[in-house]
Amino acid sequence: MSIPFVDLATILPELLIVGIACLVLVLDPITPTAKKDFLAWMSLGVLAVCALVTMEDFGETTVAFSGLVVVDSYAAFWKMLLYLVSGLTILLSMSYLKEEKIDLAEYYAFVLLALAGMMVMVSGADLLTIYLGIELMSITLYIMAGFKRFEARSIEASAKYFVLGAFSSGILLYGISLLFGVTGSTRLSEIAAVVNGPALNDPLMLLALMLIIVGFGFKVAAVPFHMWTPDVYEGAPTSVTAFMAVASKAASFAAFLRVLLEAFGGVKPNWNMLILAVCLITVALGNLVAIVQTNVKRMLAYSSIAHAGYALVGVVVAGWVGVETGVSSRGVSSLMLYLAIYSFMTIGAFAMVAILRKGGLEGEDIEDFTGLAKRHKGGAFLMLVFMISLAGIPPTAGFIGKFYLFMAAVNAGLAWLAIFGLIFAAISAFYYLRIVMVMYMREPSPEHEQHTRLVLSPQVSVVLACAVAGVVLLGIFPGPLVSIADLSILPIK
Amino acid sequence: METFVFFYFASIIVVTAGFVVALKNPVYSALALLVMFFHVAGLFVTLHAEFLAIIQILVYAGAILVLYLFVVMLLNLKREEHFHGQFIVGLFLGCVLFAEAVLLVLKGETTLGGNLSASAAPLELTRGNTESIGELLYSTYLFPFEVASLILLVAMVGAVILTKKGILEAKS
Repeated sequence: MSIPFVDLATILPELLIVGIACLVLVLDPITPTAKKDFLAWMSLGVLAVCALVTMEDFGETTVAFSGLVVVDSYAAFWKMLLYLVSGLTILLSMSYLKEEKIDLAEYYAFVLLALAGMMVMVSGADLLTIYLGIELMSITLYIMAGFKRFEARSIEASAKYFVLGAFSSGILLYGISLLFGVTGSTRLSEIAAVVNGPALNDPLMLLALMLIIVGFGFKVAAVPFHMWTPDVYEGAPTSVTAFMAVASKAASFAAFLRVLLEAFGGVKPNWNMLILAVCLITVALGNLVAIVQTNVKRMLAYSSIAHAGYALVGVVVAGWVGVETGVSSRGVSSLMLYLAIYSFMTIGAFAMVAILRKGGLEGEDIEDFTGLAKRHKGGAFLMLVFMISLAGIPPTAGFIGKFYLFMAAVNAGLAWLAIFGLIFAAISAFYYLRIVMVMYMREPSPEHEQHTRLVLSPQVSVVLACAVAGVVLLGIFPGPLVSIADLSILPIK
Repeated sequence: METFVFFYFASIIVVTAGFVVALKNPVYSALALLVMFFHVAGLFVTLHAEFLAIIQILVYAGAILVLYLFVVMLLNLKREEHFHGQFIVGLFLGCVLFAEAVLLVLKGETTLGGNLSASAAPLELTRGNTESIGELLYSTYLFPFEVASLILLVAMVGAVILTKKGILEAKS
């Protein structure tokens, strides 16, 4: 018995990323302080190399490690998105960490290791692999949330995230173990075979399915499993918040959808109503509670909950019974498109929060944006673009994402769901545009003017440029991304 | 006989696990946990998984529990006098969910265990426990095994970063 080298080739990107992460950990103590940036650049470099490697995976499906890992177009799509988000996070962090005096090189290793966990999740074909990927991602994020450890808020965020995250992992594991008891396997394909056959109406299977949905619901921050989100997003360093809000949500959705469609694709009536209920309350509660927030990070946290709700519309469409395969696939591809677009606008918005300084602190209250347009025309304009995109106003990408999602819902005969989503999108415009109003219409007090400023560095400029380019270009030419998403969907049963 | 032994172990596990959560003194909780670990090991023995039973005792009872006790000792925890207000609500919701799960299982026909493939059923061992587990870990389950090692690496580095004096304070 030997290690099959062919299998190692299929996980080459994961190996590279983990290898560089370990190298960063080892090189950190022997790198002179002045040259620490090199470690961040090295981390960025490996992401670029991995993107080239993953590019080859489109259009092919390879199963490796005795069916535990699958590399297909679906996984490749998510991996490309995750590389992009991790790269932007690293760029955003380089000056932010120095500003916050938490510039440890381990941070970059953690970004890479969390990314490795997410990659394991998106290409897991077995509940065991997916679970371990989730844990690798989550444990890394627990630590990253507490990076500002001299600040009580950050420690609180870390502890809260850890306790609730461990609890949700327990629920997920309980579901997985019940499912193993019923089906005798943790492979998604083998589970599907038993679930569609002998265990079709097994009550324990329903219980397991419910627990698994709860576990994933926590990871994607869907209501009513969202309680941790505002506190953690607020307390964590802003660059980490951006990473959590975007990358971990995308990876969790990817794994969630794969489990639902590949293992439970044959028993859609068992889960689609549950997802629909979660989707409705997530959209409603996320948007309504966001209105009363005064802290931008908390507001964006509730906004990210609401966006998880919109993305769930895609899951509902993919799981709706009695529609053509083409329509269900549209549900999957519109979800992928939506999360890709969401990544650009959310990273951009968090980057703006990260660079707005108030004295030595972060400017994270809505008040801190007062009159920004007077002093930083460019910065205020970028924030304006991100806000109208998050609200879903054309011609930005946010509109395109919502348009494809709601079109998929209408095609599946769920026109009322699309209308429900539209009503709440209109409500969300209120709190997004409030920031715009504060920036453009209000006069800052002289003392305020002295203290708040934007701290730009070349790296952050690149992040903002990427984010705004994504938001604007995808809003005008969504075609290429739509066709990539269409080509990368999971086969629907 | 086998059923009796199973129910003995299982009921003790449930009761002691309840004690771990319900007892107010952390040291008592830890001791209840110890009893629970031993009975889990007992269950493994009835399943002819002697290696797992020994590991269960060595790792959980021997190492992890001792660490718990050290932490309790070092933190010098005070006895907590009361539970939080959510306790009643939590208990109520837990009971409702439990009743629901029981009803669900009683009402329908479960195929639990009926779908286990032949390989998952207890088989006549041709080789030792240890050898079988080792072979599985390093062949079929090599990938998750390595991912688990990464989780440990992250936890270790993270513990240092979050607790070591002087690596962050010096800069602030």
